[in-house]
Amino acid sequence: MVQELALVIIKMIVVFSLALLVVAYLTYLERKIIGHMQLRLGPMRVGPHGLLQPIADGLKLFVKEDIVPLEANKWTFYFAPILTLVMSLVLLAVIPFSRNFMVTRLNIGVLYILSLASVGPMGILLAGWASGSKYPILGGLRSAAQMFSYEIFLGFSIIGVLMISGSLDLVKIVEAQSKMWNIVYQPVAFVIYVIAALGELNRIPFDLPEAENELVAGFHTEYSGFKFAYFFLAEYANMIIVSCMAVILFLGGWKGPVLPGIIWFLIKMCAFFYYFIWVRGTFPRYRYDQFMRIGWKIMLPVVLANIVVTGVVMMLA
Amino acid sequence: MLEKGLLDKGSIEGQVADDLMKKALKTKELWINMGPQHPSTHGVLRLILALEGERIVDSEVVIGYLHRGMEKLAESLTYPQFLPYTDRLDYISSNAMNFGYVLAMEKLMGLEVPERAQYIRVMMAELTRISSHLVWLATHALDIGAMTVFLYCFRDREAILDLFEMVCGARLITSYFRIGGVANDLPEGFIEQARDFCKIFPKKAKDYDDLILKNRMWLSRTVNVANISGEEGLNLGLSGPSIRGSGVYWDIRKDEPYSGYDKLDWEIAVEPGCDVYARYLVRLKEMRESCKIVKQCLDILEKMEGPVMAKVPKVIKPPEGEVYACVEAPKGELGFYIVSDGSTKPYRLKIRAPSFANLISLPTMIKGHLVADVIAAIGSIDIVLGEVDR
Repeated sequence: MVQELALVIIKMIVVFSLALLVVAYLTYLERKIIGHMQLRLGPMRVGPHGLLQPIADGLKLFVKEDIVPLEANKWTFYFAPILTLVMSLVLLAVIPFSRNFMVTRLNIGVLYILSLASVGPMGILLAGWASGSKYPILGGLRSAAQMFSYEIFLGFSIIGVLMISGSLDLVKIVEAQSKMWNIVYQPVAFVIYVIAALGELNRIPFDLPEAENELVAGFHTEYSGFKFAYFFLAEYANMIIVSCMAVILFLGGWKGPVLPGIIWFLIKMCAFFYYFIWVRGTFPRYRYDQFMRIGWKIMLPVVLANIVVTGVVMMLA
Repeated sequence: MLEKGLLDKGSIEGQVADDLMKKALKTKELWINMGPQHPSTHGVLRLILALEGERIVDSEVVIGYLHRGMEKLAESLTYPQFLPYTDRLDYISSNAMNFGYVLAMEKLMGLEVPERAQYIRVMMAELTRISSHLVWLATHALDIGAMTVFLYCFRDREAILDLFEMVCGARLITSYFRIGGVANDLPEGFIEQARDFCKIFPKKAKDYDDLILKNRMWLSRTVNVANISGEEGLNLGLSGPSIRGSGVYWDIRKDEPYSGYDKLDWEIAVEPGCDVYARYLVRLKEMRESCKIVKQCLDILEKMEGPVMAKVPKVIKPPEGEVYACVEAPKGELGFYIVSDGSTKPYRLKIRAPSFANLISLPTMIKGHLVADVIAAIGSIDIVLGEVDR
């Protein structure tokens, strides 16, 4: 019993500290890759090729003055970033990085992720309201509408996969893809998932809640220091979660020849990161109303049709 | 926030905000203050927006944060001394600003400028137009979220700044023009380097097109956004590429040709769209046309010998009188109105700055649009605050 508990705790520490490290270096990777896409070098000063930049940034944010605006609702203001970060980190608990490496195996893993992930935007909404300033309110309102509606498409796009694998258990979903990855059976769902993921992550072309050219910095305009870092980390942690989910649901999880499972998992995950960064380097931003129109008028019917088609095919087969 | 007032009451802008607020208290609009410290108001422009949700019901442009009193300063400076100040009007196209001033002065004094100097001026002005439009494209695209275009454009602008540096040592604030000519002749190797630029530039311009010209997101952000009809625009004093985007066939270089523009072969860029996208297309085409003009000037200059300065007295004392001269600056019609009392200093000097006049049509453009469109609209009229506030 004690041994089991110790094992779980060790696993937790490993996964979360690794996750935070990965998150920190994800920012480095993004700056580097996008830098090279844009004919510049990215961070170069701190450490060789700027490798220590994320650590320097973290330290900087840590020692910064902790500012709370006069008009802000103080406790909510403090609570919002914590809520956002915690809600994205706890999701890592059920992600199977390989057949055996996961904090805990939950037989309703997908449901757990979908339901907890939808608490995250509450943090952003609260941050917007608690700041007591106008740009954050606009950002908060936008994000409320955006993230809640894109969660619907994200959820619907997963349903097809769930029908095929017949389980909510993430490990079983991966095992069901032993012969063929789900992306082959569910290409439409995959496309919708990838688009909805961009919306869910607030990234270009859908980075409307924090569109810096319109709303200064959106919901986190008034945040500074480590409270800001919380939002930042949460955003990148969400990127990991979304990538992990895509790998598990559509790309066969840890499955792959020769190399050990966890390596395959990481390779596939990195491909997703790269995709997010690439999109950011290429596209302009949609307008808020256009974004919602795409969601409700195009993506929702498509994803519903996808579910129906999947069901019919499964009945016939 | 509303009751406390956004501004102190005494000032003019305070009264403006006050009036707006009185209107606001009756309704439930959200009043937001965009700028002067805002990432996409291009300097220190300030907008007071009344929002209903995200839709703009009213707006007010507040300017003056960069006011340096240039027109008044001119009255205490001699004519040549004022020339460097014109650089600081639209600081990203300083040659064009010089051009307007020296043309007005030459008209006032009745000076004949040597032909070689005229072509050098035209070439420099057109290079400036390209560099100014590159900065515009960069920031406009960045405002709409396309980050990469920004860096591409700045890379290519660098080549033009290098050319400026070759000619006069300065890159941004050049002060290269003089009353009666230009400061010095083109240095050795300039023509070759400029040729190289003209050869490469169309390819580079295609890169920007590949990124955004037909991009669905770009189209949906710019087509049918911030419309203004040609008539409305003319009534509000809109000029330059911004009015040509509304289908008005008006370019001072063609309509009142100066400095030999009539001898060169080029076309006016006009688009009938009236929206942000049309203004975008106009500027894209203008860059290519400017490149054409530069090429022709280079061909002419290569064969042409001669002085680059007219015979100008050491102390400039224009005759009594007044004069207005205008040029097609990258942003629109730039005019200098100079009143001379026969002394070494102007009696009065008035600058018709294109950005200032163009900015007036912004509230008309953005009414009824969304917050995101304000950004696109500001980008599309291409303002520089140094010129707006003077």
